Amino acid sequence: MTQRMTARFAKLAAENRPAFVTYFMGGDPDFETSVNIMKGLPAAGADVIELGMPFSDPMADGPSIQAAGLRSLEGGQNIPKAFDMVRAFRQDDDETPIVVMGYYNPIYQYGSEKFLQEAKQAGIDGMIIVDLPPEMDEELCIPALSEGLNFIRLATPTTDEKRLPKVLSNTSGFVYYVSINGITGAAAPKPDEVAKSVAHIKAKTDLPICVGFGVRSAEQAASIGKAADGVVVGSAIVSAIADSLDDGKATGKTLTDALAVVSSISEGVRSART
Amino acid sequence: MNAQAPNSFKNGPDEEGQFGIFGGRFVAETLMPNILELDDAYATAKKDPDFQKELDYLNKHYTGRPSPLYFAERLTEYLGGAKVYFKRDELNHTGSHKINNCLGQILLAKRMGKTRLIAETGAGQHGVAAATVAARFGYPCLVYMGAKDVHRQSPNVFRMKLLGAEIESVTAGAGTLKDAMNEALRDWVTNVEDTYYLIGTAAGPHPYPELVRDFQSVIGKEAREQIMEAEGRLPDMLVAAVGGGSNAIGLFHPFLDDENVQIVGVEAGGKGLDGDEHCASLTAGRPGVLHGNRTYLLQDSEGQIEEGASISAGLDYPGIGPEHSWLKDTGRCDYVPIMDDEALEAFQLLCRLEGIIPALEPSHALAEVVKRAPTMGKDQIIVMNLCGRGDKDVHTVGEALGMEL
Ligand SMILES: Cc1ncc(COP(=O)(O)O)c(C=O)c1O
Repeated sequence: MTQRMTARFAKLAAENRPAFVTYFMGGDPDFETSVNIMKGLPAAGADVIELGMPFSDPMADGPSIQAAGLRSLEGGQNIPKAFDMVRAFRQDDDETPIVVMGYYNPIYQYGSEKFLQEAKQAGIDGMIIVDLPPEMDEELCIPALSEGLNFIRLATPTTDEKRLPKVLSNTSGFVYYVSINGITGAAAPKPDEVAKSVAHIKAKTDLPICVGFGVRSAEQAASIGKAADGVVVGSAIVSAIADSLDDGKATGKTLTDALAVVSSISEGVRSART
Repeated sequence: MNAQAPNSFKNGPDEEGQFGIFGGRFVAETLMPNILELDDAYATAKKDPDFQKELDYLNKHYTGRPSPLYFAERLTEYLGGAKVYFKRDELNHTGSHKINNCLGQILLAKRMGKTRLIAETGAGQHGVAAATVAARFGYPCLVYMGAKDVHRQSPNVFRMKLLGAEIESVTAGAGTLKDAMNEALRDWVTNVEDTYYLIGTAAGPHPYPELVRDFQSVIGKEAREQIMEAEGRLPDMLVAAVGGGSNAIGLFHPFLDDENVQIVGVEAGGKGLDGDEHCASLTAGRPGVLHGNRTYLLQDSEGQIEEGASISAGLDYPGIGPEHSWLKDTGRCDYVPIMDDEALEAFQLLCRLEGIIPALEPSHALAEVVKRAPTMGKDQIIVMNLCGRGDKDVHTVGEALGMEL
């Protein structure tokens, strides 16, 4: 684990509260606005930041994040710009862990080694690559680990007893439990089923378990956060950004609306265990 | 970039589902258990004589196999070179080779206890074949089809509806095959427990490229026997159109180790390779990762996938089955583009010379035959996969030729 990641989860454990993990799409709707949103996230309550990297064919994403990816690509977002965003963020904050999230092909085309080295230098702590299951570990996971970066794996309701050890091996940073079978922004997870699954995974690993997909409100975040070590919220933030736009362009409300959603859900996360 | 040529070209894929560097299983974790289950189910089915027996029975009595190998006498005379034979998979029930794969996969779905089918379709031929086996085996079936394809292949949309399938028109992206495949994958991730994803071409995550190839290889196996019977020897050349690559690999695979058989795959050159309106993934693309496998893809310098374009809805997929990528890199097969206008001309030629209305996909293969046959000797033999009939394309052709329908 990177120092930032270890320190952050240790601090949260000491405070006995779950982490609030916020996802947004880098470069949506434009670079400037997106950097400002990123910089505002910690003060609004984010403990870990997931920085989305757009892909033309996001097979695991629902309509909100698909649309955000298209806006971001339209605005010229790419891997070097994602690194620029992280460098800009790191000027004021060297503690909040940053995890990039995306699909493999853009990284593969960029060159995996080059990607990992530059990511590390820019101040990135880890990555979630949706289409790289454990069977494909040689591609990026193993090289990332030797570079000292976290490779965060998704576990899902279909990850059965037999498969769980395979999913957990080589996972680092935290385990991302996808609470439903489905795409981002889909149906809400059932809190008691999630609690059961989290307990199940916890028995097999010391890593923190963060739960995401389908969490949209402070109330949901509070109930998920009782059992989980972290709650991931993405589509709700991305939708707030989308709703603030005028003809696809940022408006005076974009930054404030995005951060307002984060603040409000953050209260839910912080009240989870009180 | 020739990879080392192996002793046999027929051994792939390896344990990891790879043909050289191509193929693999690049999918979301949610789908992994299902893909492994399918792998197991297929491995078991392959060894079960009852499975093959049931498939053989359906191929014979439901599809009408074996399809004839037809000597195109007038075309041969017109071209003045090699003898041209057609493997007539356009005579199959449903009008294309797609049924070969669908029958194999529905039997797997049944064995796996799945209760719902989904499929993606471009030209609609796979959608029709999927809807057909769904009806035959009593499955509900949802077919994802790009909005642009729904428009240009409307006769097939109607056929699917008659067969009881539901059609989901996909407006994301350019509204063609790639986008339909994304939506089908999203559906599968959401309904992974009860749903069987019936992929229509030899692409996608392992084991799809392998099992689709195996189910389509009936084409090449029959063609081998039939040409031996007709000519007493193997052909000098095989030609087939490649979209995702299923009809082509079906014809090619049984001949891969016959080194004197030259093998040519024909891609959609669209309006020409200079612009971006084509779909020649192998000729103009680079290796990348999409839809579960590593393969040649049309993409920009940053790895964003580009839309393919072709007059033929069945060929405009920006990827290609991984085995073809490997066959290209090893040098075993050649892949060449054919432009829209060349395909249109070949389409008309076949109508007039042989009384066969071909689909626009094999019209691409035919255009290549028209180029090659005259350069070959009269004692040489070409076998071309005439993998689909053209009823579905009459509107498109009419529009392109400025004819009133
Ligand atoms: C008649 C016909 N040929 C070819 C294709 C292309 O697919 P493949 O390359 O998998 O054979 C299609 C696809 O719809 C088709 O309908």
